[in-house]
Amino acid sequence: MLDLVVKENKSLNNQYFILILTAVDKLPEMLPGQFAEVRVDDSPTTFLRRPISINFVDYEKNELWLLVQIVGDGTQKLSQLKTGDSVNLIFPLGNTFTIPENKKANLLLIGGGVGIAPMLFLGSYLNDLGYSCNFLLGGRTASNLLQLDDFSRFGNVYTTTEDGSHGEKGFVTQHSILNKQNFDAIYTCGPTPMMKAVAAYAQKNNVFCEVSLENTMACGFGACLCCVTDTTDGHLCVCTEGPVFNITKLKW
Amino acid sequence: MVDLKVNLGTIQLKNPVMTASGTFGYGTEYADFMDVSRIGGIVVKGTTLRDRQGNAYPRMAETPSGMLNAVGLQNKGVDYFVNHIYPEIKDVNTSIFVNVSGSTIEDYIETAAKINELDKIPGIELNISCPNVKEGGMAFGTSCPSAAQVVKAVRKVYSKELMVKLSPNVTSISEIAKAVEAEGADSVSLINTLLGMAIDADKRKPILSTVTGGLSGPAVKPVALCMVWQVAKSVKIPVVGMGGIMNARDAIEFLLAGASAVQIGTANFIDPTVSVKVLEGIETYLLQHNFSSVNEIIGALEI
Repeated sequence: MLDLVVKENKSLNNQYFILILTAVDKLPEMLPGQFAEVRVDDSPTTFLRRPISINFVDYEKNELWLLVQIVGDGTQKLSQLKTGDSVNLIFPLGNTFTIPENKKANLLLIGGGVGIAPMLFLGSYLNDLGYSCNFLLGGRTASNLLQLDDFSRFGNVYTTTEDGSHGEKGFVTQHSILNKQNFDAIYTCGPTPMMKAVAAYAQKNNVFCEVSLENTMACGFGACLCCVTDTTDGHLCVCTEGPVFNITKLKW
Repeated sequence: MVDLKVNLGTIQLKNPVMTASGTFGYGTEYADFMDVSRIGGIVVKGTTLRDRQGNAYPRMAETPSGMLNAVGLQNKGVDYFVNHIYPEIKDVNTSIFVNVSGSTIEDYIETAAKINELDKIPGIELNISCPNVKEGGMAFGTSCPSAAQVVKAVRKVYSKELMVKLSPNVTSISEIAKAVEAEGADSVSLINTLLGMAIDADKRKPILSTVTGGLSGPAVKPVALCMVWQVAKSVKIPVVGMGGIMNARDAIEFLLAGASAVQIGTANFIDPTVSVKVLEGIETYLLQHNFSSVNEIIGALEI
């Protein structure tokens, strides 16, 4: 548990913002897929912390980025944080993605909506390790596609929108790249129907695939057993056994 | 130096701050955050005779100043506890209680008998008040005859501290407390969660998979405080108070109402170090008010 300081609160549009946090001391090492439980202060209707995926880490600048979608009172309150404000976080929590040994592996990272958040961190992490990445990002409309400039620093970026306002028209699973290339591993995070469609594609084509799940949580560290998902090993906590799961383990 | 030791029926706790079952795992989940041996006691996750997968999800709904849960006693069963968890936690220097739950009286008896064999477990918390399981649980704790029956049966096989956790979902919690006291309970703990529900108006569906769940957090504190006060006046055995304690001030209120010890529950989720802070806060309060022992404030409410 640590009090971090808001270095910048960057509004992307009326729905999304990025909290760039820093600390006096060196930030702990974090892995892609991991998340933070963020305490929301001074919001009478927000009782529990909010689990928020780690979006990006810059160890040199001692920065931790959280990409947040305004959903309810808690995230609304967080959107009002100003430079210099203090935020209490429990982090890093959860597991990480499985990285293939072969550095030449053709990797596809698929993100939808706010689910792109861990994909940026994963992309930058893979990039640092010498892998090349392909990002496939989807949204309802162009304004839902976020951080495209950041993504393009770490690999090829492909997009889809349901209204055709950016990239190919349709869902991520309808993008032409899926027919043109063979992938060795797919990593995905986004709305459940999207992740299920990606998982179905991966299964059909026999591609290794991991998904990062989202769930409502009370604690975030395995004590409350509220955030379980059904797996081949029974009910497992998304917070400690996940949030990253291999699709072959999930019963969904 | 303030004396923080409190008596709980057959045993003594080094201080009155415990953590509540289902909110503190087996203590190991909190080892990264705090020194768990500092607190007076830990009540570990509800344990049943056999492995339980618990309820389907969603299992949780946030509410104003609280939360509803419908976990449904997910645990790997008493044998797993005895063989795998007990060896990991037995040397933690605090009083570890096992919360025991069951669907039938025979389940309770068999589970309690197995826990009775464990040297480093000084007591059980008999859970006759879980609102999230279909049979057993709360069904035993909502009538005097059935509460008495299960306590009587367990008393025969369990020789150490028998704490009985009471349900607030009753007409008179004092009557239930008296019934379990009469059958040999060494102490009572209260309150378990209040039955509640949450609805998603857009989907016109309940939020919890089980429709109803158990409400906890500061929202229930006034109810809990009142029930602890009522029960403490009605029985001679020690009362352990819980329900929405978020800080030392809340805990002190429960002690003043007549609780010999308190359990911190939901607050652990928001601040995993809160139990230690509550302990330190109680100590500060006692020093500030010139008390030499915490026992001086137990039941010291002036009316």
